[in-house]
Amino acid sequence: MIRLAAATLCRSGRVLLDRVSLALSPGEVLAIVGPNGAGKSSLMKLCTGEFLPQEGHAAFEGRDLSAWDPLELARRRAVVSQKVALTFPMRAVEVAGLGRLPWHGTPAMRRDRAAVAEALSRAGVSALAQRPYALLSGGEQQRVQIARALAQLEAMPRPAALLLDEPTASLDPGHRASLLRLLRALAAEGVAIAIVLHDLNEARFVADRVALLAEGRLLAEGAPDDVLTPGLLGQVYGVGFRAVEGGGLLAEY
Amino acid sequence: MALGLTLPRAAARHPFAAALLLGVCALLAALLAGLLFGPAAVSARAVLALGLDVTGLAPLPADLQREAAVLTVIRLPRALLAAMIGAGLGAAGAVMQGLFRNPLADPGLIGVSAGAGLGAVASIVFAGPLLALAGGKLGLWLMPLAAFAGGLGATLLITRLAQREGATAVATLLLAGVAVNALAAALTGLLIFMADERQARDITFWTLGSIAGARWSQLPVVIALVLAPTLALLRLARPLNALVLGEAEAFHLGLKVERVKRQATVLAAIAVSAGVAFTGLIGFVGLVVPHLVRLAGGADHRLVLPLSALLGAALLVLADLVARSLAAPAELPVGVVTALLGAPFFLWLLRRGGAS
Repeated sequence: MIRLAAATLCRSGRVLLDRVSLALSPGEVLAIVGPNGAGKSSLMKLCTGEFLPQEGHAAFEGRDLSAWDPLELARRRAVVSQKVALTFPMRAVEVAGLGRLPWHGTPAMRRDRAAVAEALSRAGVSALAQRPYALLSGGEQQRVQIARALAQLEAMPRPAALLLDEPTASLDPGHRASLLRLLRALAAEGVAIAIVLHDLNEARFVADRVALLAEGRLLAEGAPDDVLTPGLLGQVYGVGFRAVEGGGLLAEY
Repeated sequence: MALGLTLPRAAARHPFAAALLLGVCALLAALLAGLLFGPAAVSARAVLALGLDVTGLAPLPADLQREAAVLTVIRLPRALLAAMIGAGLGAAGAVMQGLFRNPLADPGLIGVSAGAGLGAVASIVFAGPLLALAGGKLGLWLMPLAAFAGGLGATLLITRLAQREGATAVATLLLAGVAVNALAAALTGLLIFMADERQARDITFWTLGSIAGARWSQLPVVIALVLAPTLALLRLARPLNALVLGEAEAFHLGLKVERVKRQATVLAAIAVSAGVAFTGLIGFVGLVVPHLVRLAGGADHRLVLPLSALLGAALLVLADLVARSLAAPAELPVGVVTALLGAPFFLWLLRRGGAS
């Protein structure tokens, strides 16, 4: 669905990503992990088409991302960014409703209301629908943004893509678990999902494949058990990791 | 929707339509007031008779000739001009606030006011040689032309300065705006220094704004350069809604962000430059009206843009009515009236936290 081939990204004279090759297929969850500043968000932005690589290629459905019309692209993939602040007071349901903008003027418009209601419910924020977005907590705002992406995703033909940059960052453990389960369900529907995560156990739970980034390079990529090993992680993060019973990992403080 | 407090069921089901209808009524009421009231008495019967005469239904009675003349020669062109220019100021203000994602933004930020001011002042100070150069053909059009060129020129300069690698950085745009505004103000100051007494007085009055110069001959130009771009701005409501989330999110939602930014700035600059070219500077309409609309009806631009245009039009018609009535037969500058109304209202907004 999305393919990066030796993609190099430079911004303001700095190399943020160095010849990264990566593919994302429909129905799979790809977790992107790595230390702060490793280039995870930059990698996301290459996948969304927000940034274009200076060298190499970034393609969506076999077509170079530079050749995609933004609206066409918005009808094939949805994005959840790290933190979204609003300028003007809007209610949560209005924010989620913005996910329907790409479908304005299409037959899918008829389902706008139902799709937004369903998206709010799947993201677990139905009860917050009429509340002002700015007055919600960080985690609640994050879930409203997820609802917006789900409302956008609802009308997409499959395969579609969902790209999330640290969506669990401000969520409590209960909401993290339900988001990760929701992502697994979406993958089962044929959605290609790429997600930036800091919690390696979450990556282990949700991902079919894990990409480990460090200093703008792709260090390892493959099944969670092959990539998330104490040896490799210790080398990348500079802190010891211990495998615990049941397959989890524990950092040694 | 805060508007739907006591509205009937139909209005509650279609809050947008109800709010827009309210705006249309406000504008019609303001236009009617603008026709009826003023230093010379005009009866409602005269307005009605003139309406019948224009539509060819009944000829104008002889005893109403004088009142009809006051309406057609003075009040009607003034009210129409004020309405269109007010609509442009209101809509352009709302669009700039959406585009800059800042509730305090107005077209002045992109150099419209300072640029138009420089053009107007230059045309006053160099009126003699400029008119001679044009062979006496420009006459009363010289100043509007110079002000329009100045406002649009300053905007294009600022947007060009903020371009980098094909993208417009909004922060750079604001800073470039500050610098270009300062430069235009300095050049204006230099021209004022060169001006004689009479010119200096003309300059002062231009910066205070007035609709007293309204004539029928200006209306086609105002329709083309103020009303048309204002209507085009209304089409940007959905894109501006997407931009509420930020530029990256708007792109994710399928928006051609750079194109929308370009369209919004150029259309707003044309509408406001052309408006102030005929009236001089009129402050606070573009700032206060969109705020009022957001307070009453929420932040959805599909409502904010048309309602800002309608209420901006109504406000300027009423402000012009106040300006020509309060000190009759003399006229107050209309910019003074809008600022006198707008500034205290804005302070009240700030205190109650409406601008946070």
